[in-house]
Amino acid sequence: MPRLTVNGKEVEVPEGTNLIEAAKAAGAEVPHYCYHPALSIAGQCRLCMVDIDKVPRPQIACNTQATEGMVVHTETERVLETRRSMMEFHLINHPLDCPVCDQAGECFLQIYYMKHGLYDPRMVDEKVHKPKAVPIGPHVMLDAERCIVCSRCVRFCDEITHTGELGIFQRGDQSEIGLFPGTALENKYSGNVIDICPVGALTDRDFRFQVRVWYLDTAKSVCNGCARGCNVEVHTNRHRPHHNQGRRVARLKPRFNAEVNQWWLCDEGRYGFKWMDDKSRLTHPLHRGGGEGAEVSWDRALPELVKRLQGCPPDEVGLLASPKMSNEDLWALRRLAEHLGVRNLDFRVPPSAPGDEDNFLIRADKNPNSRGAELIGVAPDPGGRDAAGILRAARERRLKLLWIFHHDLAASGWPEAEVLAAIENTETVIFQGTNANDVSARAHLVLPSAAYVETEGTFTNFQGRVQRFRTAIPPLGESWPDWMILSVVGKALGASDPVFSAERAEQVFNALAAAVPAFGDMTYRALGDAGRMVTA
Amino acid sequence: MAELILTRNFDVPDAHTIRVYRERGGYQGWEKAKGMEPVAIAEEVKKSNLRGLGGAGFPTGVKWGFIPKGSTAPRYLVVNADEGEPGTFKDRYLMERDPHALIEGMLIAARAIGSHLGFIYIRGEYVQPWRILSAAVKEAYDEGLLGKNIQGTGFDFEIVVHRGAGAYICGEETGLISSLEGKKGWPKVKPPFPAVKGAFGQPTIVNNVETLACLPHIVTRGAEWFAGLGTKTQGGTRLYSVSGHVVRPGLVEAPVSVTLRQIIYDHCGGIPGGRALKAVVPGGASAAILTPDEIDIPMDVDGPKSKGSMIGSAGIIVMDETVSIPDALMVVARFYAHESCGQCTPCRESTGWIYKISHRIVEGKGRKEDLDTILDVARRGAGTTICAFYDGAVGPYISYIEKFRSEFEELIRNSVHA
Repeated sequence: MPRLTVNGKEVEVPEGTNLIEAAKAAGAEVPHYCYHPALSIAGQCRLCMVDIDKVPRPQIACNTQATEGMVVHTETERVLETRRSMMEFHLINHPLDCPVCDQAGECFLQIYYMKHGLYDPRMVDEKVHKPKAVPIGPHVMLDAERCIVCSRCVRFCDEITHTGELGIFQRGDQSEIGLFPGTALENKYSGNVIDICPVGALTDRDFRFQVRVWYLDTAKSVCNGCARGCNVEVHTNRHRPHHNQGRRVARLKPRFNAEVNQWWLCDEGRYGFKWMDDKSRLTHPLHRGGGEGAEVSWDRALPELVKRLQGCPPDEVGLLASPKMSNEDLWALRRLAEHLGVRNLDFRVPPSAPGDEDNFLIRADKNPNSRGAELIGVAPDPGGRDAAGILRAARERRLKLLWIFHHDLAASGWPEAEVLAAIENTETVIFQGTNANDVSARAHLVLPSAAYVETEGTFTNFQGRVQRFRTAIPPLGESWPDWMILSVVGKALGASDPVFSAERAEQVFNALAAAVPAFGDMTYRALGDAGRMVTA
Repeated sequence: MAELILTRNFDVPDAHTIRVYRERGGYQGWEKAKGMEPVAIAEEVKKSNLRGLGGAGFPTGVKWGFIPKGSTAPRYLVVNADEGEPGTFKDRYLMERDPHALIEGMLIAARAIGSHLGFIYIRGEYVQPWRILSAAVKEAYDEGLLGKNIQGTGFDFEIVVHRGAGAYICGEETGLISSLEGKKGWPKVKPPFPAVKGAFGQPTIVNNVETLACLPHIVTRGAEWFAGLGTKTQGGTRLYSVSGHVVRPGLVEAPVSVTLRQIIYDHCGGIPGGRALKAVVPGGASAAILTPDEIDIPMDVDGPKSKGSMIGSAGIIVMDETVSIPDALMVVARFYAHESCGQCTPCRESTGWIYKISHRIVEGKGRKEDLDTILDVARRGAGTTICAFYDGAVGPYISYIEKFRSEFEELIRNSVHA
């Protein structure tokens, strides 16, 4: 562990740490473009030069390892002058089209130029022209003129996805990023090149021209697209509702978590948020007596539900929970089932097709909280029915009430006819979820759930890591978080469990932690941004 | 006239064949070296004051010593035959007229550094030298001088001849290695240096053709003899490629103590047509330009350095009074803009920029701030890049303007923007 001094401050860093990271540890930022901690050292941008005592010339910090006793200066006049020079070089052929560039506001050419610019352009000659607005894959748009040839995207495709679609072609100031002939940037992680592009060369075809980034709000969250639970930021557009085609969620961006997804996010997760603002969202409770359903208030819907639950023998109730629900939702449901004495409880509905999986991030289980459901015990009690048993019992008219959470059963791995027969043959079908589907269209009572980005809570990923997601936007319409619906129902049924008097997800989680050993040593707040592992 | 060493076979018919090469005493260096301890060969080369003749002038024996002691990884000997420095054509002559001198030099170097695989990276445009050299390599294999267990010594050495594809940057030793590895010819970020981690990730020594061709003579006739041919800091003779406005342009072999004036006026017959000398580039396009009062310097590594230039590849370009220096700057600036690999920013961006400015000046559209812009941009980029290419470009950028500034100013005064 070498000890070195950066700008007069002594720090100790692990062997092999480069001077960008060592400076960061000492609280100093060394501007850089090509360096990325996940990628090999390219040394191309030449922006990260720092002065080192006893070394005659400034050195690139990215390729210089910290050694014992090294004395580093990141802000000498010579270093600042070098940065000004490099910024000028980076910009002489840059189109300076910030007003129409999506990257504006989060562009490191802008950010560093504010601090290190010459502010007096000397370039009077014609700039080099290169291809603009070239779609290089389903998600990524290339503007080669804006590119500073840092090669991060090339190294990403070479070293992270090992797909190698991108290269740098030509040479000198004609150098440009491009696809190798016969390829397209369509690997499952292609969107990450947009994130690591420090400038506006690679922009997001889904996001571009939707909303300026300075209008966006951000919330820390967790992708719900598979059991990995990649850490994300949800970027929402609340201040310019007329932008982004009226949608509130503008984009998802990966958030670093060393143990889960590092810097990355798969495309399926990244672009899998459209359902949140989709027209199919359920916004009001619906009651369907005999014919058409009618929007009703919660004040009418919940007493109706309570009445029907009370009128049912517990063994004629089936609860089909969803691994898309949070730990808090599932714990509230588990407690409600216990209060009611319902033993027919499960969450395992087979998918219509096996999910794809790779050896990087993507998991075959497309649910964010299967592990949580297992640990919480969302499973039949002795003598109860599992998911398939519940479906069969419903089909055979042995259930009076079937309460389905989130599942689009008609599109599941179960034969559609059997699902529809089960619905048809059950006296009361309750659907609780975020979006309408073939089951909600036939349910007697439809309860609108808030999407996970509209509430807060925790998921337990396949590794057993319990991770918090936070509220990015308010619930749509009259939708409520699932745990809240369940706690109101529990309370109305006279259950005394503290879960049913909770006002915040935190209280539900802490109650869960007090009751289930796997979560035993956790508190909601101590989960932090990186989450905690359950006790084995 | 001093004894010819490197060019001794150049005018001998069929010297490129192994038969004639042997008749002329060829492969005697190897005969001696194969019985020597590798360390002894390296010591001998150090004592000879042989310095790299490709451009950088680094002591060859010292370079060999950079391979980590005790490393058991395979180590490669790579010959830089990508002769691309404008004004330089010495390696071409060597490979066409005396290719076995290179092969023998490689054998000696390989034994000294413990390499069993050598690559000759030859400039793609050198078709004829490639044909001749390839035939010579085949002959050496046929005669048992290459391959496994050479002459029963237990020493293996194979040679692969690999052709480049036409990029100047592939003459930079790590650009060459990248290209040899099948990648784009981008120089590598150092450290690690090639002797530690070079071709295919293994310890690699890159030596120039002419450097290696000196080895048989050093081994045969001794380090002291070789060192005595030159100056205190550099031994031997070297090949000066002389082009431009001299009566007899071409290749000159002379001890490195020869002065630039002697080369121009004695060896090459002076400036034709009674015209006056205006400027000389002493070491390939990347060397700073010299004025007529700066030519009384020895042409070893130190002489041109004393005038702020460099011996480089010893490609001497002579310009008489008819040459427009702004035109000359535009031509070299175009070369560097065209050949910059584009990997790192200062070089990628400013070589193109400086070419545009220099072109505009020649077109009669110069601005009064242009010269200071070029000088400032060149100085800002100098020393900040991955490889020496840009510093090579800075040599002409700065020296052409500083030494002939009035000529540029004259053009700018008459420009449409003045």
